[in-house]
Amino acid sequence: MIDKALLDRHGLTEDEYRLIVELIGKEPNLTELGIFSVMWSEHCGYKSSRVHLKKLPTEGEHVIQGPGENAGVLDIGGGQVVVFKIESHNHPSYIEPYQGAATGVGGILRDIFTMGARPIAVMDSLRFGPPDDPRNRSVMEGVVSGISGYGNAFGVPTVGGEVYFDPCYNLNPLVNVFCLGLADKDKVFYARAEGAGNKVLYVGAKTGRDGIHGATMASAEFGKETEHKRPNVQVGDPFKEKLLLEACLEVMDRGLIVGIQDMGAAGLTCSTTEMAAKGGMGIVIDLDKVPQREAGMTPYEILLSESQERMLLVATPEKVEAVQTVFAKWDLDAPVIGEVIEGGRARISFKGEVVVDIPVDAVVNLCPAYDRPIAAPAPPPPAPALEALPQPADLGETLLRLLASPSIADKEWVFRQYDHMVQVNTVFLPGADAAVLRIKGSRRALAMTLDGNALYTRLDPRTGARIAVAEACRNLACVGARPIGVTNCLNFGNPEKPEVMGQFEQAVTGLAEACRTFGIPVTGGNVSFYNDTEGLSIHPTPVLGIVGLIGDVRKAVRPGFRAAGDAVVLVGESLDELGGTQYLKTIHGLEAGSPPLIDLEQEKRNQEFVLEAIEAGLVRSAHDLSEGGLAVALAECAFHSPRKIGCEVDLANGLRDDALLFGESQSRILMTCRPADLSGLLETAAARGVPAQAIGRTGGAALAVRHAGREILRVPVEKAFRAWKDSLPGFFRVQA
Amino acid sequence: MKFGVVQFPGSNCDFDTFHVLRDVMKRPTVMLWHKDHDLQGVDCVVLPGGFSYGDYLRSGAIARFSPLMQEVKAFARRGGRLLGICNGFQILLELGLLPGAMLRNKNLKFLCQHVHIRVENARTDFTRAARKGQILRVPIAHFDGNYFAPPRVLRDLETNGQVVFRYCDADGNVTPEANVNGSLDSIAGIRNAAGNVLGLMPHPERASEALLGSEDGRTIFESLILSLEKRTPAGRPAAGKKARHDR
Repeated sequence: MIDKALLDRHGLTEDEYRLIVELIGKEPNLTELGIFSVMWSEHCGYKSSRVHLKKLPTEGEHVIQGPGENAGVLDIGGGQVVVFKIESHNHPSYIEPYQGAATGVGGILRDIFTMGARPIAVMDSLRFGPPDDPRNRSVMEGVVSGISGYGNAFGVPTVGGEVYFDPCYNLNPLVNVFCLGLADKDKVFYARAEGAGNKVLYVGAKTGRDGIHGATMASAEFGKETEHKRPNVQVGDPFKEKLLLEACLEVMDRGLIVGIQDMGAAGLTCSTTEMAAKGGMGIVIDLDKVPQREAGMTPYEILLSESQERMLLVATPEKVEAVQTVFAKWDLDAPVIGEVIEGGRARISFKGEVVVDIPVDAVVNLCPAYDRPIAAPAPPPPAPALEALPQPADLGETLLRLLASPSIADKEWVFRQYDHMVQVNTVFLPGADAAVLRIKGSRRALAMTLDGNALYTRLDPRTGARIAVAEACRNLACVGARPIGVTNCLNFGNPEKPEVMGQFEQAVTGLAEACRTFGIPVTGGNVSFYNDTEGLSIHPTPVLGIVGLIGDVRKAVRPGFRAAGDAVVLVGESLDELGGTQYLKTIHGLEAGSPPLIDLEQEKRNQEFVLEAIEAGLVRSAHDLSEGGLAVALAECAFHSPRKIGCEVDLANGLRDDALLFGESQSRILMTCRPADLSGLLETAAARGVPAQAIGRTGGAALAVRHAGREILRVPVEKAFRAWKDSLPGFFRVQA
Repeated sequence: MKFGVVQFPGSNCDFDTFHVLRDVMKRPTVMLWHKDHDLQGVDCVVLPGGFSYGDYLRSGAIARFSPLMQEVKAFARRGGRLLGICNGFQILLELGLLPGAMLRNKNLKFLCQHVHIRVENARTDFTRAARKGQILRVPIAHFDGNYFAPPRVLRDLETNGQVVFRYCDADGNVTPEANVNGSLDSIAGIRNAAGNVLGLMPHPERASEALLGSEDGRTIFESLILSLEKRTPAGRPAAGKKARHDR
């Protein structure tokens, strides 16, 4: 009955099947096979990544909960914790952009509130094919409206994120959602089914046939037939999710439940077996009691459905009625569908018959881990020697082209579709280096950033990953926040290709090195493999979500110039390097060379210097240098200033003009200060071993740069602003 | 005086409004549950923003049937002050307490951004702390904020001074560009003929603390407090008194 074809359809190998038989001591029936299929999928079981993820540091002074739960938990003092995590919804978002992205938001929100935290902010990292292709625009419109439709209605602010474009995402967009929640330290809940005799309650939406095998789908390459996979994508209902949030937080707040788990990937199967395994218990479930949206569903379908907005709760028998009363207040049913038992088995019955009887430990904890073959990533195409690269005749025109390139251009077209202010905590609107959220009733604030540069990781996965951590921390430093924890989303191709596994291994090594240097723990995250469509893998794309803490929100600093006449200071060293830059890519059509050098110790010193200067109240504005280098950073500081103040920069450092303006040397921050504070700041920098130089003054209506006495750039701010501002909307303008 | 914030399923600015009224404006404030029949003796009812019942039908169309709306309607008929913000404004339209309807924004997208609105009538219980012509910087966040009403209704609104806020640019000019959602006559907020019910699309509760970028929204809450506590705004002795029953 169970043959190779059936195993293939379930994404299981023959070896894995033999292991299942050995672990459960019998041939599984079809329903049991389905359970193993989803729980041992790459998406749920992390079977290709686990051996490498062990390298990441997971401990630190703030850590209350590291990897292994629905989300990480960090102590932020004052009796409060933050609960945060990132999830990918790449595959569903390609098949059905609106619902794929919407349910991506819904899923991560549940991960956060299932732990007792109210989600207070979301950020998204989005990657699409270039917007000049109407198919990419259509995917992008769908994804953005899906995020907007779900997050806005639920009432969580989407406070920022990143949007990049590259042809490698043509058929495989990336949608990574990072969510942060806030909870009282003594009210954090875990996914544990404890206490034999305790009742298992099902709450939320009814179970339907949507999303069956979503996790398995996300664990295979896509071919041309993906159109047919549309029924595998779930449909989101943010209104129901909002009701679920309020009801769940209310029963938690009143101490009415023992444990709780959301039904995400692998639905009822995952939540029941995981809760039992984590509690060291068994569980009995009667599928006839599960609320169903349609008639005639089989046990296989009920167990594997990924219908959204559902939760599993465990409560002591005497509290069941009180729990049900709370859910009734929010117009939600909360039927008892089972019980916690001794013995570590999941026994599931349907129409009076036991249809599943397996040890939960085998399903949850014994998924095989593979140390897959690794091949060294192909060396990047060498960058042409700088001497061989022609310099553009008009560097002002080059700047305008860079500012208008979709990856650098203004993203307001995206952000204004998101409610970024609901919950009245958003201190910095999208566009700042990091989002800043006040904590009501306190002077402290939280900062969040989401970052990754896939061009760097494509050229050198290890260096690229180190830079991703360094840059995310730099973003936090620029607003005045110290990093306290990391969540990562690792988007890669097919792990069965040794070269992809090589990229993964190198990237994780780089992440681990950088996180150790910065002393920040990784408290969880997500791995998304099989980002391949029609045989093409995406660039390796690690995305880092980092949470930071600000001691006094009134000292937080924005990127925009504050006033004319301030001194402009460049922190960090500029090198003659152009590998992996947006300049090479956009202007010369080259994705080549080595990414910029990164010295993590120097980076840390530079950031610490800026942080201390901000905390001392000496910094008027700060902005990190990233894609597009110094020239783009100067332009962005002008765009973000209230009256679009320009600047006059004058420096001499012996670099080529294009490397000076558009090079992406790391560890650099552009800040401004009052002229009176300048010499003190520079002295402190020198004493700390931090390269810093005064490079000019803010003021005027132009972006002007003189290099060794020659004017190499002069562009009116307004002209640059329009190039940057009008680019993205231009792609979406409705043709009359 | 006491404020009450109505909580519908799907309201999501309920806590924000509560926070501003209680913690910023420092006035006693209670949450009113939509299934109850009790206004708890409040002096002003606020219908907050959000997506009541998911707004899967027309925005606000289901919320108008909530049990508490019986009491809210009676309260408004008695002259009680009733403020609807965003989804609350949409519900007031559905309840028939204010005229007109909302269409999708003209660009067919959700819009969240700071806008400028001009105070068109400062002789109301909701604006008496402001000056006529004063420009307020307040955020909007909605999909259906494109105000529509037949010409006759628009004329009446104008004649009776019921147009309280209009979208404008930073200098106070009412222009097509500043009218981001496409509302007829750039209407951002209106009151009823009796003057005790106001609906507006912008979110004053999101512009009530300097830390969040603007305090301009406070003027609406300050006006309500002045009206209900029967005080006159500092520096403007007589004008306020008359404004209270301005029709």
